Amino acid sequence: MSEITRLDEEGEAFLTKVEILSGQKLTLCEQCGICSTSCPMVEEMDITPAAIIRAVQIGDRSVTESKAIWVCASCFSCTVRCPRGIDLAKVTEALRQFTLRRDVNYIDLREAQGEEYPTIALVSAARKFTG
Amino acid sequence: MPRIGVYVCHCGGNISDVVDVEEVARFASRLPDVVVVRSITHMCSESGQRAILDDIRQHRLDRVVVAACSPQFQGRTFEKVLQKAGLNPALVEMANIREQSAWPHYRSPAEATEKAKVLTAMAVERVRRVRPVERETIPVGKEVLVIGGGIAGIQAALDLANAGFRVYLVEEKPTIGGHMAQLSRTFPTEDCASCILAPKMADVADHPNIHLLTYAEVLEVKGSLGDFRVRVKVKPRYVDPEKCTACGECEKVCPVSVPNEFDLGLTQRKAIYLPSPTAVPHAHLIDENACLGLVPLTCGLCARACEAGAINYDDSPKYLNLKVDTIIVATGFETFDPRLKPQYGYGRFENVITALELERIIVRMAEGEVLRPIGKRVAFIQCVGSRDAQVGNLYCSRICCMYATKLASLLKRADPSREVYVFYTDLRSYGKGFEEYYRTAQELGVKFIRGRPGELQEDPKTKEIILRVEDTLTRRILEKRFDLVVLSVGLVPSKGTLRIAELLKLPRSADGFIKEAHPKFRPVDTPVEGIFVAGTAQGPKDIPDTVAQASAAASRAMAIMNRGEIELSPIKAVVDEERCDGCGECVPHCPVEAISVDGVARVNPATCKGCGACIASCPREALDLKLFSNAEIMAEIEAALAGKKPGERRILVFADDMCTYTLADGVGTAKLPYPVEAYIIRVPSSSRVTPAMLVRAFALGADAVFLGECEEAVSPYPGTLAAIRENVRRAREALEAAGIEPERIQYSAFVTVMFKKFTGLLRSLAEAVKRYGEIPEEKRKALEGAVEVPG
Repeated sequence: MSEITRLDEEGEAFLTKVEILSGQKLTLCEQCGICSTSCPMVEEMDITPAAIIRAVQIGDRSVTESKAIWVCASCFSCTVRCPRGIDLAKVTEALRQFTLRRDVNYIDLREAQGEEYPTIALVSAARKFTG
Repeated sequence: MPRIGVYVCHCGGNISDVVDVEEVARFASRLPDVVVVRSITHMCSESGQRAILDDIRQHRLDRVVVAACSPQFQGRTFEKVLQKAGLNPALVEMANIREQSAWPHYRSPAEATEKAKVLTAMAVERVRRVRPVERETIPVGKEVLVIGGGIAGIQAALDLANAGFRVYLVEEKPTIGGHMAQLSRTFPTEDCASCILAPKMADVADHPNIHLLTYAEVLEVKGSLGDFRVRVKVKPRYVDPEKCTACGECEKVCPVSVPNEFDLGLTQRKAIYLPSPTAVPHAHLIDENACLGLVPLTCGLCARACEAGAINYDDSPKYLNLKVDTIIVATGFETFDPRLKPQYGYGRFENVITALELERIIVRMAEGEVLRPIGKRVAFIQCVGSRDAQVGNLYCSRICCMYATKLASLLKRADPSREVYVFYTDLRSYGKGFEEYYRTAQELGVKFIRGRPGELQEDPKTKEIILRVEDTLTRRILEKRFDLVVLSVGLVPSKGTLRIAELLKLPRSADGFIKEAHPKFRPVDTPVEGIFVAGTAQGPKDIPDTVAQASAAASRAMAIMNRGEIELSPIKAVVDEERCDGCGECVPHCPVEAISVDGVARVNPATCKGCGACIASCPREALDLKLFSNAEIMAEIEAALAGKKPGERRILVFADDMCTYTLADGVGTAKLPYPVEAYIIRVPSSSRVTPAMLVRAFALGADAVFLGECEEAVSPYPGTLAAIRENVRRAREALEAAGIEPERIQYSAFVTVMFKKFTGLLRSLAEAVKRYGEIPEEKRKALEGAVEVPG
């Protein structure tokens, strides 16, 4: 069974929003996949880094629910190798903002000691205090 | 007294639906020296042209103004009409009331009509002062310099030589043949490359019309079309190619071994060597950097072994001075250095090689010499150094998809049990027979996987290469060990191409390759007249395209030389020798070095491109430009500002012919409105507009002046933007001194498609002028005499 994804205006708006949040032009991506094989965390991801961009290109909002965007360690391996000059680390950060701005899974840093949170969630939480 | 006829065109409604052409005609009849005025439905039609011819005879007209469309569109038509009537073609002027008034201002017909009147008056005032110019010709002979002896240079040289032209073919290496001589087979036909090339190389050596200079370097090129002076250095070979029989006895005794560049260092050669098996000239030479025996003579083994007595240790460089009429640049490419992508380990991992190295390995294998094992598992990685922002090469190298397909096929054919993978991003099989060839490779079992590997790792024990890639079609990360990884390296301009481009002052495009004069219609001309480009010096291309382009360059060169003479553009800088004191101030201001000083400044009309950037630099106002003289342009400025009513604003727009004027026509054609108070004056380059003119325009009533020029990358005149900046700076100073906002003068660079930028800048200038308010009369008076008006 192949579900049909409709290419609609909402998807277009989603792409625009991710582009604004990340400052990256995502239609530039030619899907070569170099980011995926450069990524040290790819084995922990549910979808590959290149697939994250493709999802945004076709307006698939479910990408904000993916595990991969939280696994991204912002190591910039993808960024330094992308032949199109896209900073993918900024894109995953933008996608995390969709959840963070909804204020779900709020982490109180003072109570987070010893808890098992993804590193990046702690970084994002800490960022709130440092601006 | 001039006798002028003015013809106002309806353009079948294109103009007359907006502009009241009868009103324009009535207005024109009151202009000075105008003796005939007519309004005609289609001026460009046969009957329109006949009306002009009849009037010239009946009314003894000696000058004509056609108020119609753009001179870029129909200018030549009316020049021919004047020629037919026996008048100098410079004596017709077009008022562009269609593209500059009826079309962009179609929403306000009354204003469009007023503007059309002013445009017509500008043309009349200009044509009153135009001086006829004679078109000069210079003789052109039949000698050509071809730089570069690869397949492009060989093809161009043979075409020219066969057509009876004298060719000097200069090659920096000791043999001609270029990269093609190194290849195994050619795609998509799988012909043996050197087998089809060698006969052509031999033809070059034998041709009575080709003077072949190998191991030679172009040191200097001076002059211009019809008279290029070239200095060439021929390096010493220390072996007389006439005597040498290439028997190879010398090689056997030579004690020095160095890497063989023809095999990319995969084999060794001696200090005395034959550069390639099919070398032309077919003779040995001594590598002076490797030979032990040159100075001091300590070895001398080869001389003793040479029965022909061809070896001469006292050989020395020779310098030749050539005079040629045209030049073809065929200086070729180099492959991208994969060390610049360290993640692929080239140079560190012994089982990572380039595709060109594989070519040599395959050729040598066919000759029975195994340079290295290939193994059972081979991967090709595409786009190494191409389409990659990280190394700054955004372009596609065009040949790698097909050469990898070819090499993969050859390997698979040689051993069908071999696993051969090609890792690609996009597969481009655009040429004749390419798609079919791709299919053949797939039939052979070559696997094409869509993904770009991030990095390679070497197993330190087995030296196998571990490759990881995302198969972007299944979204799986694949991993496999390979015995050999071949990098499909892209093409970059060769060092020779870079050096020759600089020497000949040829502009290069953003990709670094030599730029053609027009990407569509002049693909083998360079912007320098008489210099043509062929092959990969102009951009990556395969052998058929290279050969086609070389033949095209040869025939373009022949077309010029066959005429025997060339007509120079009449737009040239001229020196008033009475005024010039020979100070030489203008010399560095000429972007093409056309001015020399010999008592007085002298302009070489063959070199001068007619931009006029020199004019403002002359402290004695001794320089002028033919067809766009100071007097002619000042007449247009005065007419553009005449009859200005109180409260009305006028902005002068100087538009360079190549970019801004064409752009303004495009804006008009698209019916994009811009401020109706903008009056466009056509110039070859806005650098020709002197500070004195700019200031004078304000004294006469201008509220703002805008200068448009070609963007440097597409400009026919290099360096004019700097001249414009300087002219504007000087004029702004004068404005400021008189208490006028210096920002009333603006300038910008354009290419012909920047519609929004053009209309946007004019709109914001018009708004700024509104904010500044009117310039008081006393401030305008203060400008009088602030800068002397040249001319």
